[in-house]
Amino acid sequence: MSGAADREAVFPTRQSLGIMKAKLKGAETGHSLLKRKSEALTKRFREITRRIDEAKRKMGRVMQIASLSLAEVTYAVGGNIGYQIQESAKSARFRIRAKQENVSGVLLPAFESYQTEGNNDFAMTGLGKGGQQVQRCRETYARAVEALVELASLQTAFVILDEVIKVVNRRVNAIEHVIIPRTENTIKYINSELDELDREEFYRLKKVANKKQRDTAEQDAEMKARKEAQAQAAADGENQAPEAGANDAPADLLAAEEDEDVIF
Amino acid sequence: MASQADYKDRQFLAVIGDEDSVTGLLLAGIGHVTSPPDNQKNFLVVDSKTENSAIEAAFDRFTTERKDIGIVLINQHIADRIRYRIDTYTQAFPTVLEIPSKDHPYDPEKDSVLRRVRRLFGE
Repeated sequence: MSGAADREAVFPTRQSLGIMKAKLKGAETGHSLLKRKSEALTKRFREITRRIDEAKRKMGRVMQIASLSLAEVTYAVGGNIGYQIQESAKSARFRIRAKQENVSGVLLPAFESYQTEGNNDFAMTGLGKGGQQVQRCRETYARAVEALVELASLQTAFVILDEVIKVVNRRVNAIEHVIIPRTENTIKYINSELDELDREEFYRLKKVANKKQRDTAEQDAEMKARKEAQAQAAADGENQAPEAGANDAPADLLAAEEDEDVIF
Repeated sequence: MASQADYKDRQFLAVIGDEDSVTGLLLAGIGHVTSPPDNQKNFLVVDSKTENSAIEAAFDRFTTERKDIGIVLINQHIADRIRYRIDTYTQAFPTVLEIPSKDHPYDPEKDSVLRRVRRLFGE
């Protein structure tokens, strides 16, 4: 049996049986808890994927509007302002900040955008003409970037949740398919060994009882035999006593004869 | 998780894109140049003459070397040029986000993350 090999290396004693039973109970509790955690995370995960899908589509539209407003700027300024802008970019006005959100023990980061006050790298852009368009374009792009930041935080949550769900599911499966069967096998093994010991003990006791019985019977028989022998002996004694008395006279006679012989 | 320790000081966005996308995003105010000794920009303008190796180098710099970047925005047609790098990039931080550009409409089928989403739900 393949199950016989897959068990923990323990001595089959009552103590380790107790330990194994406690372990099995712990594994079952842990399994149900982890399963619930995995379900909660999966629920969240599905929600996030749905929102990512929506946000990606929305991003397409937002970027399209933003590109259009940039084209307006190019038209109004009457030339390409790309180079000028790239050169005048110095310090980020639009920054992000990460904060955490806790979903059943998993820390999900979320980005939050904010604009620092005061520094404006593009104060001179569009000074000659098209200033209004530049201003509008900046606002449009700021909104677009906000949408992008939101999407980025969803995507980060997606990546992290994906990883965490994998780990949790792996644990659930490990407990369900490895730890619990192995502990059950160990318990079964210990039980069978203990039963075996019980049977052995019972058989031994039976043997001992048999032997005792036999010994007693033997002793009884011996005793009986001895008693019978004694009784026989007693009976014989009674029979012999007169004989002995009868023999006494000739013996005495003989002795007397001998004595008399000596005396002769 | 190790990646959660260092995200606190990530406060900038980075862009790899064509001239128009970069210009627009810079107008929104995400452009940042680090203080004089190294003068690193957080944006890269890619045109048809830019080598793929230069794009890869910039991608590596934004994703692994610089610790102050939280989101990397990359135009989808440029991401296609280094697609294998984007597909093998699995870290949570910084987040790589593919954005559409003016000349190239957005195709959800190509996006690494959206492809994963679709694969997970068997669509």
